Amino acid sequence: MDSSVSHIKVMRSQLGRARGLGAGGSGTEHWWAERVSAATLLPLSAWFVIQIFRLKGASHDTVVKWGGKPVNATMLTALIITTFHHAGVGLQVIVDDYVHGKLHKPTRILVKAATALIGLLGVFSVIKLVISGVSRKS
Amino acid sequence: MQDIRKALFVGSRSDGKLIQRPMSPHLQVYRFRLSMFLSILNRITGVIATGGATLGVLWLSAAAKGPKSFDTARKVTGNPLGKLVLAGWLTSVVYHTVGGIRHLMWDSGYRFEKEQINKDGPVAVGVSAGVSVLLVAALLITCGRSGGRSKVGKAS
Repeated sequence: MDSSVSHIKVMRSQLGRARGLGAGGSGTEHWWAERVSAATLLPLSAWFVIQIFRLKGASHDTVVKWGGKPVNATMLTALIITTFHHAGVGLQVIVDDYVHGKLHKPTRILVKAATALIGLLGVFSVIKLVISGVSRKS
Repeated sequence: MQDIRKALFVGSRSDGKLIQRPMSPHLQVYRFRLSMFLSILNRITGVIATGGATLGVLWLSAAAKGPKSFDTARKVTGNPLGKLVLAGWLTSVVYHTVGGIRHLMWDSGYRFEKEQINKDGPVAVGVSAGVSVLLVAALLITCGRSGGRSKVGKAS
């Protein structure tokens, strides 16, 4: 069987081969997005766990003050965007594996929309915390 | 052993030769291995972690909305059932992190031999269980001590 492999002619254009894109029209971006976001989440999640230990049981005022600080707001936004990007990319693979037929595309769109919207809710909550911190000072 | 489904898995190679296409793993026939359970567990904990992250965003939006909404959120996190959900989320995130680190190692070409994977599986379970119990216990104990509502201004 191995001897015949070298005789198979690859039915792909030279440009397609150079770009590394297969029949699916995409290359390894999805795989890379999953790994890079996973590695990024390691320090971001560690930071968040530490913050939770500092914040647990804190009053509303304390939490608002905490979230309004520039460094905290930056880390929170980065954590939220990376988390829901990673979740969307990961859930898409699960949908691709287990949802077949007519339901496949609607489910994929639903996952994409849900992860994007929940992530946006998080980002705008952080923006609101920052703004309320600024307006309280002035 | 002959599988009747094999008739449906005949395909032709690009040189025209008929071949047998590969079939998916057969859950009823395969002997149970820890690695197959840990593999699906990584996906399950990933889904739970997403649900937990959604709860986290809701907590943040409650804080952004105002004291009233935040009070409702605190009722949820202070409730025993809410604490159980939080503990489940934390445990899922811990296992998904350990599983993710293993995946990153495999992708870089380390510990990917069958014997190494079988050896590392129980270690991954032990580390996840240890870290989870430690984190959950630390959160519960320190939370109980501070008495919840009265604590103000520790986090700067």
